[in-house]
Order: sequence, then C-alpha cells, then structure tokens
Amino acid sequence: MVGKLLVRGMIAGVVAGLLTFGFARVVGEPQVDHAIAFEEQASKAREAHEHVDQAQGGHVHEAEEAELVSRETQAGFGLLTSVVVYGAAFGGLFALAFAFIYGRTSKLPARPLAAWLALAAFMALVVVPSIKYPATPPAVGDPETIGYRTALFFLMIAISLVTMVFALKMRKVMMRQLGQWNASIAAGLLFVVIIAAVQLALPSFDNVPDGFPAALLWKFRVAAMGMQVIMWTTLGLLFGVLAENKLRDLHSQPVAR
Amino acid sequence: MIDTALNPAIEPTPIPLGEWLPWAVFGGLLALLALYFVGSEQGATSLFQGMYVHEFVHDGRHLLGFPCH
Repeated sequence: MVGKLLVRGMIAGVVAGLLTFGFARVVGEPQVDHAIAFEEQASKAREAHEHVDQAQGGHVHEAEEAELVSRETQAGFGLLTSVVVYGAAFGGLFALAFAFIYGRTSKLPARPLAAWLALAAFMALVVVPSIKYPATPPAVGDPETIGYRTALFFLMIAISLVTMVFALKMRKVMMRQLGQWNASIAAGLLFVVIIAAVQLALPSFDNVPDGFPAALLWKFRVAAMGMQVIMWTTLGLLFGVLAENKLRDLHSQPVAR
Repeated sequence: MIDTALNPAIEPTPIPLGEWLPWAVFGGLLALLALYFVGSEQGATSLFQGMYVHEFVHDGRHLLGFPCH
C-alpha cells in the first residue's frame, strides 16, 4: 500500500512539476534573463576597470570562461528537469508523510487530509524559509558564502518543519481544555512566536549589488513564489484524488451504516 | 449529490508502521538524494568535479529558491 501511495505521490509531483515548469518558463525566465543581463553589464564594467590596472603593470586577465551549458538548455531542458525532479521528490516525501498520518494522527478523509497537508508543507517548507532567505536571481549573492548560506537555508527549513509538527501536536494537547477553535489559534500563535524568534536570531544576508533594479528583484521573487503555489496546490489536490481511489480499493473497511 | 470528499464511505484506517518504515527509508533517501542534486551539488558541496550539474539546473535552482552561487 505504501509503495502504491509513493508512486502516486511521485506521479502527482511530476504533473505538478510540469505545470510549474510552464509557469516558470513564461513568468520566471524573463526575470532570470534580465538578471543575467545586469550581471554581464556589471562584470564588463569591472573588466574595463581592471584593464586600466593592467595597462599600469597589473596581472594578466583570464581568458573568458567557455559556456558549459547554453542559455537555451538552462532555460529549457535544464529548468524542466530540475523542476520535475523537485516535484517528484517532494511528491514522494508528501506521500510518505500522508501514509504515516492517514488514520493515525488524523482521521480526516484522504482528499481533505492531502489538501491540509499540502498547505502545511507549503507554509513550513516554502513560506517560512523564504521570508528569511528568499529566492535570489543571478547577480545577487556572494559566491564566497554559498556554503554558509546553503547550510542556513536548510537549517531554516528543518527548524520550520519541526516547529510545524510541534505546533500541531500542541494543538491536539490544548484541544482538550480549549476546544478545537481556540486550540487552533493558540497553536498558530505558538508557531508564529517560535519562528519569529528563530528568524530574528539567525544571520541575514544582503547581497543585492548596487544598482540592481528593485522591480526586477520583486518580479523574480513573485515568480518564484508563484511556482511554489502551483507546485503545492497541484500536489495536494491531485494526490488526494489518486490516494482516495487507491485507499478505497485496497485498505479500508466500509463503515457500518 | 452526496459530498464524498468530506463524508467518504470509508473510515480512515492507519497503515501499519512495519509496512510504512521500509518504504519511508527507501523513498526518503531517494527523494533527498534527488533534491540534493537539484539544489546543492556543485554549489555548496561537490560529489562530482566540474560545474556541469550546476550549470544544467542553474535556472531551476534560482527559481526554486535554493542558494545557487
């Protein structure tokens, strides 16, 4: 059963990835192109500066790096591959989480459970981490700190995920005394307070180069967020249907009526 | 029409943990490996030499929110 759900999660993830690719291609790629154009202009300006130094007896300038992968491939097959693999991987993880929770920690039916789980995952894996460490276009970000930034990015995701699970557990505990509505508000508040404290404590980075257009940064980040909205909405709604069909066939007993 | 999404004819029953665990280990590792290649290989750390993986998934990495470079 778990294997069958896992496959369905990956199928839902691939479909979600394909839709996300369509959106990324139309809305995201123009922003990437603009950012690369800015990056190239900036490095040309820097090179012109270095040539002046060279004429005064400086170092010999390196030959221009050969292009390993063309822009067309990066924006086409490369983007398609990365988004679809990302979708399939999260689809699989999503299905495993669903298979654990279904009937055990939640008695919700398959479709609503998948929808709620997708919303929770979207909050914990996307919204919270990107408030602290938002997606960055080319030209933004210091290559010297890539390892540090990557580690902090994954740490933020891990903390956010653990906090989400903790808040949902606390909701159940508080429900006995506060009732469902108030326990849900209290759990939400708990999540927000912990996340706010963590985000204030973790270091921030401001690597946006001087002169980088603010509107371009905004458009890029809206495109990146839009991709995730499409990804998780599709995953949650589609997996719910696929899982319900499978669960009805195999694993559940009819309710005595 | 009866709303079957919220009132299904079936009662959710948990899948035994013994059945879940091996799949979770297998699927979880596979998924994390895939995410590593999309998100971080030849960026923060490298298993393979060169920059081909980095350059190939470059746009996806930026747009999916991973720190790229």
